[in-house]
Amino acid sequence: MIEPRMGDTVADAPASWRPRLAPRARLRWDEVEKRYMLVFPEAALMLNETAPEILKLCNGEHTVDGIIDALVQRFTGIERKVIEEDVTSFLARIRARGLLEG
Amino acid sequence: MGAPRPYTLVAELTYKCPLKCLYCSNPVSFSQMRDELSTEQWVRTFSEAADLGVVQLHLSGGEPVVRKDLPELIRHARSRDLYTNLITGGTLLNEEMLRQFRDCGLDHIQLSIQDTDRRTAELVAGIRSYDKKLKIAPLIKKLGFSLTINVVMHRMNIDHVPALIAQAAELGAQRLELANTQYHAWAEKNRSALMPTRAQLDQAEALVLEARPRYQGTMEIAYVKADYYAEYPKPCMGGWARSYMVITPTGEVLPCHAAHVIPGLHFDSVRDQSLTTIWADSKGLNAFRGESWMQEPCRSCPMKTIDFGGCRCQAFMLAGDAAAADPVCSLSPHHDIIQEAIAQAEQGDGRFIYRDFRNSERLSIRPLEPASR
Repeated sequence: MIEPRMGDTVADAPASWRPRLAPRARLRWDEVEKRYMLVFPEAALMLNETAPEILKLCNGEHTVDGIIDALVQRFTGIERKVIEEDVTSFLARIRARGLLEG
Repeated sequence: MGAPRPYTLVAELTYKCPLKCLYCSNPVSFSQMRDELSTEQWVRTFSEAADLGVVQLHLSGGEPVVRKDLPELIRHARSRDLYTNLITGGTLLNEEMLRQFRDCGLDHIQLSIQDTDRRTAELVAGIRSYDKKLKIAPLIKKLGFSLTINVVMHRMNIDHVPALIAQAAELGAQRLELANTQYHAWAEKNRSALMPTRAQLDQAEALVLEARPRYQGTMEIAYVKADYYAEYPKPCMGGWARSYMVITPTGEVLPCHAAHVIPGLHFDSVRDQSLTTIWADSKGLNAFRGESWMQEPCRSCPMKTIDFGGCRCQAFMLAGDAAAADPVCSLSPHHDIIQEAIAQAEQGDGRFIYRDFRNSERLSIRPLEPASR
């Protein structure tokens, strides 16, 4: 069943961590809603505009700071603080679901 | 009303299975439905499902591994970007098959475990299977699959929750599903042997809640409640034909595993029509979509958009009317039936019948015409 579940514990993601998307989670383009979706066993999350860009960098090579830097460059006009908040909370959320390794 | 977007397709590829589990969700009359869809028919159906918006594909059965064309079906499903999950008992798998499935792009494997106790596990499955299952789990991991372990819970294994959790973690599962038996099909026949007592359930739930934080981020522990003991019904399948469909080995498109039991409903087959047409126009699928079919106490109930009146099959089986409120609801005029079943569970009853071909033949009322089509 597709249902984003609320109430996952949000723990802070350490800055030195190089997250890698777990093999069971797949980022896919959804042709019906014309946006990206993160699919994993029994569920899927519809993603906003920044989340797919974050996930594409979750390959074990980039630190969380590196991901933030890349997004700041990509989404000019959004304050770094806002992006930082967005990245860390999103990563912590999907890490709590066991979808990030590294 | 336009049909809603389906997200999940359960493809029951076959009713053949070496296991004889007492709670099997396959229809009791499975022996009468032998004319399985061809590879081409499934391939076309998966493509049409993807076009409709289906994201999750569960390859199920029976035991789906008995289908020789499984690698081809997996490859095609992945080519259409379906998240492809194999639901298996595991006893027929070997390393070579697993490697082949992986190379075809299989995303995930869900392995059933009956119990941590060998004797009960094999009593429930009806055959020797305990060692095979425990041997195949590490091979699944070795080949890099992520693993869900599914345990159907009942009075014989529900006291083993801590052991089941520890075993799943040891086997490297990322997800453990502890799902209380839903009393349909074979499980309904075996209800008095399977139904746990309230004390058993309360303890099991408490143990799950206690264990969850310890496995946070490593293993998700999903727990499906026993609806007989709930105050309100479950939102069965997230609502009738709203986001979920089951296709039987013979090609019928159902809203759930059990909808066969409701008489007078016509379900169409992908042999005769496209899945797209069936999803939109099937009389059976449209029968309980939305809310207009509801009666009291559902019609004026504030919960109706949350639980959709519960399970239609259960309403028919227990109250004799598929449009009635699910009798597990405390507001149902037929709730006494549930209370009686609960009282019986306190007594316990050891009699049961295995899900196998011979018992299916015996319990099937032979129709004058073939059951499928």
